[in-house]
Amino acid sequence: MKLHELTIEQAGGLLKNKEISSVELTRAVLARIEAVDGKVGAYLTVDADGAMDQAKAADQRLAGGEAGPLTGIPMGIKDLMCTRGLRTTCASKILENYVPPYDATVIARLKAAGAVIVGKLNMDEFAMGSTTEHSGFQVTRNPWNLDRIPGGSSGGSAAAVAADMCLGALGSDTGGSIRQPASHCGVVGIKPTYGRVSRFGLVAFASSLDQIGPLGKSVTDCAIMLDAIAGHDPKDSTSVPEPVPVFADIDVDGLTGVTIGIPREYTAAQGLDPQVGAAVAQAVKTIESLGARCVEVSLPHTDYAVAAYYVIAPSEASSNLARYDGVKYGFRDKEQADLLQMYRSTRSRGFGPEVQRRIILGTYALSAGYYDAYYGKASQIRTLIKKDFAAAFDRCDAIVSPVAPTPAYGIGETLDDPLTMYLSDIFTLSANLAGIPGLSVPCGVSDDGMPIGLQVMGRHFNETMLFKVARQLEAQIAINDRKPNLE
Amino acid sequence: MKITQDEVLHVASLARLEIDDADVDRFAGQVGTILDYVDTLKKVDTTGVPATSHAITLTNAFREDEVKGQLDPEDALANAPEKESGAFVVPKII
Repeated sequence: MKLHELTIEQAGGLLKNKEISSVELTRAVLARIEAVDGKVGAYLTVDADGAMDQAKAADQRLAGGEAGPLTGIPMGIKDLMCTRGLRTTCASKILENYVPPYDATVIARLKAAGAVIVGKLNMDEFAMGSTTEHSGFQVTRNPWNLDRIPGGSSGGSAAAVAADMCLGALGSDTGGSIRQPASHCGVVGIKPTYGRVSRFGLVAFASSLDQIGPLGKSVTDCAIMLDAIAGHDPKDSTSVPEPVPVFADIDVDGLTGVTIGIPREYTAAQGLDPQVGAAVAQAVKTIESLGARCVEVSLPHTDYAVAAYYVIAPSEASSNLARYDGVKYGFRDKEQADLLQMYRSTRSRGFGPEVQRRIILGTYALSAGYYDAYYGKASQIRTLIKKDFAAAFDRCDAIVSPVAPTPAYGIGETLDDPLTMYLSDIFTLSANLAGIPGLSVPCGVSDDGMPIGLQVMGRHFNETMLFKVARQLEAQIAINDRKPNLE
Repeated sequence: MKITQDEVLHVASLARLEIDDADVDRFAGQVGTILDYVDTLKKVDTTGVPATSHAITLTNAFREDEVKGQLDPEDALANAPEKESGAFVVPKII
């Protein structure tokens, strides 16, 4: 087997037994990036020298017997988590040359675990988008079909994992931005419970919805990465001081006694591609064959989730993005002698069209006379959506559904039609509104070879249940060995 | 149209954005379409429903007011587009 094709679990075993070194593994991953990223476009920054230094340090730790499951493992990071001394752009011209003076908590934790950070991955600018076409720098292509989107906004992370350009990656998820690209690229991704992972050093999009999580080649790999980054952080006042179990200890003893909820509103959703529906139905049968009991549940306010989300998220974004004023960091239009004109010109030149669209939408929704009708109303609907899930979880341990209504579509198809792009988030963004965890695991393949994912959602802080269901489904379906052909 | 061109210009000005004429039209159309869709929220009776601003209810996170782990001023200024004598430089205000 080629080294870059290894999972974290496999590579960890080989590293521990000294059958391979981190230097060899990191070199193989860098060579893979060199060979295929010209076609895929997943990386915005590759830190080859830094990665080799980290690999050498990891090999010393391994030699000293102080290794953990991520020691020496080459990883990619979505380019909105601050990496000290390594450019962090958020895929925006406004942060094109920003070099953070500190590490995000997740980065500090990965470094403490001995992971090797290979580089920074492309995304929709400020994580606003579902296609990664809204990057200020480059389009990322789906490794399974280079004419298709990889999904987004963590499209670079998903594409890099699928194309073996890292062993695992971190992404962020505000409305589906980990789960949807994971589904489109045939990898596993989990959005943990809101508050499970520190957001300190994550460039903010919508602070009440944003959550960092891993994307990996297997369910176990995602659990290993989540183990390294989860837990309370005093630097993030919304991180929750809940005990953190060892996620990688996944129960694989069948699903007897587990009740799975199937939301009737999702099954009946408009625009659901029949192939996606069939793959999800087949996955449900497999889950039942493992001993789980399936019941129909209802999430009655599903039809309003997209509308509520596209008020709340842009409102929070318009406030969060006020900090980009050309003064403290980032781009400034230096031609302007007047302060107000400097702000306006800097922001209009620095932000791309999708970001400006959302700032306008959010500012409008928060402006005098409209606040109650838009933000106030959406926040009430959010309460109803949260209650829908609470009632559903009284009857089941996990909810399964599609991740996206269709397999990955063509590049350019929704560029001038933002509403259609927004509507494709229907199955994922409720989890962000309710703060519950959601995971995407490959469950099928379309007629033209595109991956299809299954979403598993659970109660607050019960990621363990998601891993348990997904890991056993993954073992039955066994499609993770399929590789895209990029030669 | 749900949002007029004047409203787009007003909101853009509040948000410190400068939008040229071609874009005003495009943004008004796109944002208008989105707002039309958002109007579906009006169908839901939310009388007496409390608002949720955060999904996980947390009490205030207090800590002692101690100085620790601060950024070095040089590091804090390292990304500034313009700086002088340990301060950020902005265009003349008065």
